[in-house]
Amino acid sequence: MKLDRREVVKELLTERRDLLVVAGLGACAWDITAAGDTPLNFPLWGAMGGATMVGLGLALAQPKRPVLVITGDGEMLMSMSSLATIAAQRPKNLAIVVLDNEQYGETGHQATHTAMGADLPAVARGCGFAKASVITKMSALPALRRAIHKKAGLQFASIKITPADYPKVLPPRDGAWLKHRMRVALLGERAHE
Amino acid sequence: MATVKHWSGEIHALLRAWRADLVSYVPDAGHANLIGLCRADRATRTVPLATEEEGVALATGAWLGGTRHVMLMQSSGVGNCVNMFAMLKTCQVPFLTLVTMRGDFGEFHPWQMPMGQGTPGAFALMDFVVLRADRAEDVVPAVEAGLKFSFNSYNRVAVLLGQRLLGAKDFRKVRE
Repeated sequence: MKLDRREVVKELLTERRDLLVVAGLGACAWDITAAGDTPLNFPLWGAMGGATMVGLGLALAQPKRPVLVITGDGEMLMSMSSLATIAAQRPKNLAIVVLDNEQYGETGHQATHTAMGADLPAVARGCGFAKASVITKMSALPALRRAIHKKAGLQFASIKITPADYPKVLPPRDGAWLKHRMRVALLGERAHE
Repeated sequence: MATVKHWSGEIHALLRAWRADLVSYVPDAGHANLIGLCRADRATRTVPLATEEEGVALATGAWLGGTRHVMLMQSSGVGNCVNMFAMLKTCQVPFLTLVTMRGDFGEFHPWQMPMGQGTPGAFALMDFVVLRADRAEDVVPAVEAGLKFSFNSYNRVAVLLGQRLLGAKDFRKVRE
């Protein structure tokens, strides 16, 4: 069954506590903002293909906190090599969730490669992710959320979603400010060194 | 090639002194010594990249979390990064990359020429400060200036290690 992206993200970000979230550009950035904008969110407005590696950098720099990357299938397809790079590091506190609607939603709903047979969890497994799943039921999400908070090991999940568009809930778009608010939240005075 | 070993060790010592705890790289023969030193050093986390633009995004995430990152690459990788460099400027992320040059001075390999000659321009396009070292004695001052420009003054900085320094004929000599 294809799930509703806003409900999925809302569930993943329930009781989020110290969870750091990086969102890929476009609808994923609007989704995490709809669930509640906070300094612990870093929504990308560009840098397509960069979300997973921003997540790796954050996970390595903040090993005590769980880090969740939420991105789309199109953005993930652009940086598939990063799955090999990330698996080689095996950060226990990093999870990558792809919201897969099999479309480039922002550009006119053109089909992505996942509509044509590309299997992202298989790619993740092939790159060395011990845990890589496809999620098609809302009932599977609480267990995923608990595993993320436990920092129970690097994991990848592809969540099949409907291609429905939602009203855009825009986060702040000043990248310097988005960066700075997260650094202040994480580092306090050290953010200004 | 004692001088070559010398400057790799000096760069490594500078990276440690500046607490650049995260070093990513796409391997290049010119960086082989430095990569080896970083990998052997338990205080430095090394991240081998599959493609260079990964390192730009890695730097951004690391800086968000309070860690200084430096990327090692060859000039041929610079073109891979151009769009990702935009994030560094938009988010004002300090960034330092040390670039071993090909197609720069007496190159043998014709396929290395376009990106080698285009490297300074590609950095200029994305508003980088570009420093160069063409002699062994220039390496430490250039890398130190690069560390200051990036982590003190929040710039995007490339230090080009010229082919005149590395030698154009056979990069494997660096290992000798």
